[in-house]
Amino acid sequence: MKTTTHSKKKKAGSPAPSRRSPVMNGAEVLVASLEREGVDTIFAYPGGASQLLHQALTKSKKIRTILPRHEQGGGFMAAGYSRATGHVGVCMATSGPGATNLVTALADAYMDSIPLVSITGQVPSYNIGKGAFQETDFFGMTLPVVKHSYLVLDAKDIPRVVKEAFYIANSGRPGPVVIDIPKDVQLSMSQPIFPDKVELRGYKPEKKADDVALNELLGLIEKAEKPVLYVGGGIISSGAAKELLEFVELTNIPVTTTLMGIGCFPETHPLSLKWLGMHGTYYANRAVNEADLLLAFGVRFDDRVTGKVSEFAKHGTIVHIDIDYAEFDKNKHVHLPILSDVKYALGRLNAMIRKEGRARKSFPAWVKEIGTWKAAHPLKFEDYSDKIAPQLVIRKLYEMTKGEAIITTGVGQHQMWAGQFYDFIKPRTFLTSGGLGTMGFGYPTALGAKVACPNKQVIDIDGDGSFLMNVQELATSKVEKIDAKVIILNNQHLGMVVQWEDRFFDSNRGHTYLGDPSDRAGIYPDYPTIFKGFGITCERVLHKKDLEGALQRLIDAKGAYALDVMVPYTEHVLPMIPANHTFKDIITD
Amino acid sequence: MRHTITVLVENRFGVLTRIAGLFSGRGFNIETLNVGPTHRPDTSRMTIVVVGDDRVLDQVTRQLNKLVDVIEVTDFHEGEYVDRELVLLKIKVDAKARAEVMQICDIFRAKIVDVQPKNLTIELTGNESKISKFIVLMENFGILDLTRTGKVAIARR
Repeated sequence: MKTTTHSKKKKAGSPAPSRRSPVMNGAEVLVASLEREGVDTIFAYPGGASQLLHQALTKSKKIRTILPRHEQGGGFMAAGYSRATGHVGVCMATSGPGATNLVTALADAYMDSIPLVSITGQVPSYNIGKGAFQETDFFGMTLPVVKHSYLVLDAKDIPRVVKEAFYIANSGRPGPVVIDIPKDVQLSMSQPIFPDKVELRGYKPEKKADDVALNELLGLIEKAEKPVLYVGGGIISSGAAKELLEFVELTNIPVTTTLMGIGCFPETHPLSLKWLGMHGTYYANRAVNEADLLLAFGVRFDDRVTGKVSEFAKHGTIVHIDIDYAEFDKNKHVHLPILSDVKYALGRLNAMIRKEGRARKSFPAWVKEIGTWKAAHPLKFEDYSDKIAPQLVIRKLYEMTKGEAIITTGVGQHQMWAGQFYDFIKPRTFLTSGGLGTMGFGYPTALGAKVACPNKQVIDIDGDGSFLMNVQELATSKVEKIDAKVIILNNQHLGMVVQWEDRFFDSNRGHTYLGDPSDRAGIYPDYPTIFKGFGITCERVLHKKDLEGALQRLIDAKGAYALDVMVPYTEHVLPMIPANHTFKDIITD
Repeated sequence: MRHTITVLVENRFGVLTRIAGLFSGRGFNIETLNVGPTHRPDTSRMTIVVVGDDRVLDQVTRQLNKLVDVIEVTDFHEGEYVDRELVLLKIKVDAKARAEVMQICDIFRAKIVDVQPKNLTIELTGNESKISKFIVLMENFGILDLTRTGKVAIARR
């Protein structure tokens, strides 16, 4: 039995230090527990079953409560806060519809391994199962999209549950944790005992690679001629960007990232191939296709990366480092799986290499070959004389912000272009819905990121379709004075679906036009007017000559600011490897 | 292939749903499932028998391991474990058949736990092959009802 109590240091017979607090109700216990976890911001929308929690929040001096205008927006704000900082984001909603509105944000955080604690009010426990007003089985409903969940039935459990929830959310492979608290539990009086430690028998998240496996990896590098590093969100969540850069400089191996990994390695570095996959660079995809050694660190071989998985990196030996044992051989069989926190593994590898004290092999022929592909197939776009190419907006923004902004996106063409034409140099600066691909993600995420990083420029690059899905959060921005910026690349269409229609369905439009069909020459909806209604300035930009000035005003604006940039809907995101195809099928024009 | 998986879990509500969800979400039908507390009241053991593609089942056991409430998962290989199942059968008998059924019960070390004018209730414990043989024999008399606990298994070592 391993129930460890550290009684050694204590003198025999001396009483345990008192951690007892005054008597308080469950809602107050919850807030006190959140304060103990260092929570400074919570995104919470009240309702009948969570009202008591809000009453307790009004008394907190440590926690800022931000009122989103929709629970989904609140969920994404919490995720944005977390994605920008690595800290646990916290959101709250009432029972029933308030809770169900959070589900998309939870699923999104689950897919992208984002640490989130989601607190929901529940109908009183004596009403559970009776079809009470605003009752849903939130515990049951969220099971497939959470890392863990709690339904609290005794107020005495709240301190332990909160402590565990934060620990679980942000250790090992991070993810969302749900805490559902019935109203009678929020009311119930108790004298809480706040635990210092978490004891979970079934949860041991620390994983460290052993040196034998790491030595084998180093041996494989020595034997390789065409190695490639394929790195992902794991580098960012484990905080291993520094270790990765050092590893690359010690080993001279070219680096490509996943969409989730963008920013974990500076894209301005000569060994960066930017990102790979369906809309990744030609040279990254080709390098992986021809690699004889693929070092897959903190990645999960997602189908948008691999295409036809049996053909992916077929010629190479694959080494996979991940903290999640279930990722090995899930999508792709690998030759050497190494279970480890990738930060530890990279740090250890760097130490082992330095200890050898000799120059490692470099791969000049391979790097040169990749260089010729870079030169022949750079990311490119067609510029117009008066019309504004959407890619140009992003490239200009990159130049004008010097790559220093935090960029968030919705989902679709603009998201891919943001990844392609903005060069990211730091982790946690490209916040995007990678796994779930949730439209409406960009704007609330930008607000959450701006709350977390008030001194950084935070810009949502969005589409006209995506932006509208959480447009109500303009009120949150205005009222809470969250000065995130927005650039809507407005093509009046669901651009990515249109692109697939053009490529695979003879341009037959299946409900992908977002404008007003009775006035095709006009622009609909009228974003500047919508923004005006919310009290935020929005400029419409129609001509290329006006773009740079407008971008400058956006960047310089002290408060929230938006641009509605009209762009042609005929643009396609390229290159493109169609779903379940291989590098050989890449479309470059 | 058929797998016998035992899962040691925290004895808490919701654990069963989490585990069942990992199977159902992938379209697997659980053949038998047995749950009960161990010698520690805070710990339960489940024995799950499931048929499915080996690779996918391997994924499922890894996902099981990730659940916070799961303490240990073992996917048993042949010979590594002993297993038993208990079956209760209600068999239609007349005066003539009764003696024959009782004779077969003797051979199988099955117990007759209830006697009615027109039926017998029999308790049988054993491994899979013994139970299936017994059921085949009883079909000749007429099985009125049958219930089984599902396999329970424990490692030999």
